[in-house]
Parts: sequence; structure tokens; C-alpha cells
Amino acid sequence: MMELLQTLEQTGQNLLGPLWLPLWTLIKIVVIVAPIMGSVAYLTLAERKILGFMQVRPGPNRVGYWGLLQPLADGIKLLLKEIIIPSSANKFLFVAAPVLALMPALAAWAVVPFGDGMELANVNAGLLYILAMTSLGVYGIIIAGWASNSKYAFLGALRSAAQIISYELAMGFALVCVLLAAQSMNLGDIVRGQSHGYGLLGWYFIPLFPMFVVYFIAGVAETNRAPFDLAEDEATIVAGFHTEYSGMGFALFFLAEYANMILIAALSSVMFLGGWLPPINIAPFNMIPGLFWMLGKMSFMLFLFLWFRATFPRYRYDQLMRLGWKVFIPLTLVWLVVVAAWMQTPLWLW
Amino acid sequence: MAGGGRRVDADPALVMVSAMEKIINFFKSFLLLELLKGMSVTGRYFFARHITVEYPDEKTPQSFRFRGLHAQRRYANGEERCIACKLCEAVCPALAINIEVAERADGTRRTTRYDIDMTKCIFCGFCEESCPVDAIVETRVYEYHGEKRGDLYYTKTMLLAVGDKHEEQIARDRALDAKYR
Repeated sequence: MMELLQTLEQTGQNLLGPLWLPLWTLIKIVVIVAPIMGSVAYLTLAERKILGFMQVRPGPNRVGYWGLLQPLADGIKLLLKEIIIPSSANKFLFVAAPVLALMPALAAWAVVPFGDGMELANVNAGLLYILAMTSLGVYGIIIAGWASNSKYAFLGALRSAAQIISYELAMGFALVCVLLAAQSMNLGDIVRGQSHGYGLLGWYFIPLFPMFVVYFIAGVAETNRAPFDLAEDEATIVAGFHTEYSGMGFALFFLAEYANMILIAALSSVMFLGGWLPPINIAPFNMIPGLFWMLGKMSFMLFLFLWFRATFPRYRYDQLMRLGWKVFIPLTLVWLVVVAAWMQTPLWLW
Repeated sequence: MAGGGRRVDADPALVMVSAMEKIINFFKSFLLLELLKGMSVTGRYFFARHITVEYPDEKTPQSFRFRGLHAQRRYANGEERCIACKLCEAVCPALAINIEVAERADGTRRTTRYDIDMTKCIFCGFCEESCPVDAIVETRVYEYHGEKRGDLYYTKTMLLAVGDKHEEQIARDRALDAKYR
């Protein structure tokens, strides 16, 4: 497999010369983005199925066997619908906002390692890049809320902005703990730092368990998912920031939200659950390619996202803020000091 | 005591208990116990049997007393049962039944008009109960619709047609119910 890729690269290099690198990168981008789009589509089905099962009903099962063509039907429906631009909206920003929301959600995947060396860009400051990209996503939401010129969209955008600023801090501090433990910002090196022979026990979720929980909850808040989906709280502000969007504009926000969910799942697998590493480093387990372990861990985290949505009622806004500022930030700060001190003692085994 | 100082009569034991409770509650909420409990409930239901009835494919069982679409019945010789006594029209709480009467050539009393407005009908079953000759009945049919205004205004011919179509089922249901009447 690896030799095949290498010969392919060699022949491409010989044939096209300097043009080969951009072409090869484009191919890699397609190979990453196309499955993400596919998983986004099927994540919507999984969400509806899992929510259905938890509410003792079967979920969508009319379109195709077991509802397997439902995402396709939804996609076609959204594609064919008219895009309505409100007359008082700022047209340019109104159209640009969904693009701005989706772009960073996809761009962040550039540094995610799916297996040992299986990443688009081996960036040394990968963690910083991730933080930057995940924070950029909120601009799409803010611009959408403002450009719609609707009170509901505007309120949703304001809520989303305040929420993401609050949880970004806790998320950042949780990641600083990972950074301390791995002593690297390169996502590949962070995974390699968790491979010290113990299998499951070497992963960072053990020494950094509170940070794992905080990171994941902050991730749920960051992606505006239930129970933190106040930006699109249908009970109080219709549909929040995407109230005025229809057709493909709405679909892009939807894609961005789900791509972000998958991203957070991938990142928590990379940083806390040992990325592509097998849980037990012995014969039957380490025969399975790392990619599958990575995908398995991501699926588990995504299931948690959906499980949360099926279980918890939406937070009130002040509760959301209290959790972010008065619980998570102090907790992460304290744990940062604890980890830093712990690492100076011989008790640090990671 | 003026001014919000400490209460002197507080029982120290009670103070201790409430302090302990506070600490326990703190750890309870800090360890997300209640959230995990909630997740265990939804987690269990994830594997529970679905209770959904997938309607066009599956139907719930019906009682033989089911009160659906009305029908006019006939005797085995083809003679219509209704004798135009107008009891049903009188009892109908929704005033949905409209009857006109005339003497037929053979001297019997028959309806010339027997209409039920299904948009008014509340399916209480009083007409069926009041009928001395079991002429007006409610069948088990509940899957019917009207496509334009007036489609649900059932005339005598329509009611007789429903009765002819479902007579077997109607007769069986009456027989089952007979011992309770």
C-alpha cells in the first residue's frame, strides 16, 4: 500500500514536475473532505435514529431500507428549495455567512491525523491552528445573525458569540493541559506521546480525566449542540441565527454544525483517547489499522453528542454562563497547576 | 435580633448536618452524578422495544363496538330496514341527521331522504342505540375522506351502499354484541 503510494507520487513528480504538488494536495483534500461530507449526511440519520430509539420509536424508516436514503432525500429537498433573501437583509453578508461558517469547520481537518502520518499537513503548531479554526466558525454565525436583520437571528448570534467566548477559554485551558503532558503542539506527536506501552492506560484521558470531561462539554457548547443550543433555541427565538435562511443557505449551516461535531469528536479522540492507537497493544488489536481505531473512537464520541441531546434539557442562559465561568475556568486553571506539579514528580507515568 | 448577625438559637447539631449536606451536594453535582443517572435512563431506553405502531403497515386491534362510518342495513330479502321512526334524528346531539318521510306504494312507511352530515357527526353512537330495527349502524370503517366540500354529506344511497359493502362484518359485530344488549 505504502509502496504503491510512493511509486504513484514518484511517477506524478516525473510527469508533472512543479504542478504535481498542488494536484496531489488537492487529491488529498478531496479524499478527506468527501468522506466528511458523507459522514455529516449520515450523522443526521444516526442522530434521528438514536433520538428515536431513546424515545422508544423507530426513527425515519420510510426512505430506503431502514431509512438509509433519508439523508439523500433531505439533501435533494434542501437543494431544490428556493433561497429567500429578506428584503432588508445585507445581501452580500447574508450569502457569505453560511460559507464563512462551513469553511473553518472543514479547514480544521487539515491537521487532524487519521493514522500514523495520515494527515494533510504536518503542522508543528497544529493545536494552535485547531483553536484558531474552531473559533473562526462563530463569525459565520454572528454575520448570519446580523445580516438577516431579524431580531431572532440577532439574538441568536449574540448568544452564540457570548457562549463561544466563554467556553473557548475553558477549552483552551484544557488543551494547555494536553500540551503540557505531550510537550508538543503537533497533533501527531500528541498521539505518539500516548503510546508508551500501556495501551489504554497510556492515553491522556486518565491523568487528565477532568480536562477530558471539560473539553468535551465545552466542545458540545462550542458546536452549539443540545443542551447548549441556545443560539438556535426554538422555544424562545424561533430558530436563532438561521431563522431567515432557507434551502442551501440553511443546509450549509447544518453541514457546518455537523462537521464541527465530527471535528470535536476527532480532536477529543486525538488528544485524550490515543487517536489511532489500539486500546490494548497486543496481537489481535494492533493488527487492525489505526484508521479504524480512530474512526471507532470518533463514532463513540459522536454517540455521546447524540446521547446528550436525547437526555438533557436545554440550559437557561445564566446557567450556561455560570457553568462556563464559575465552574469550568477555575477547574481547568487548578488542574493546569496540578498537572504541572504532577509532571515534576516521579509519579507522572505518561 | 436586630441587624442580621448570627442566630443564637441555632442548634449546633443541625448546623453540622446542613454543612455536611452542603458538602455532599457539592460533590454530587461536581461528579455529575445526576447527569449520569439521566443518561443511564435514556441509555436503557435505547435498547427498549419500540412501541410505535407503523400505521399503514400495522393497525391496532379494534373492538366490535368500534364506532366508525355509518351504514344503513337491509334485511336478507333486500328490503331496507329503516322504518323512518326518526328516533335517531331526535336523539342526535349534533343534529347531523336529516330525515324526510313518505308512504310507499305498498303502504309501508319509508324515508325519502336520510342524510348524515359526517362533518357534524360526533360518532357518539346514539343513533345506533336508539334504532329499534338495527337499521342505522356504525361500522368499523375509519379510513375515508372527502376531497371537496359536501363529500362528507352522506345521503341515503351512500349509506345503503356502505351497508351492502360491509354487511358481513356488521352482522358479525352485532351478533358478538347481542349478549350484552
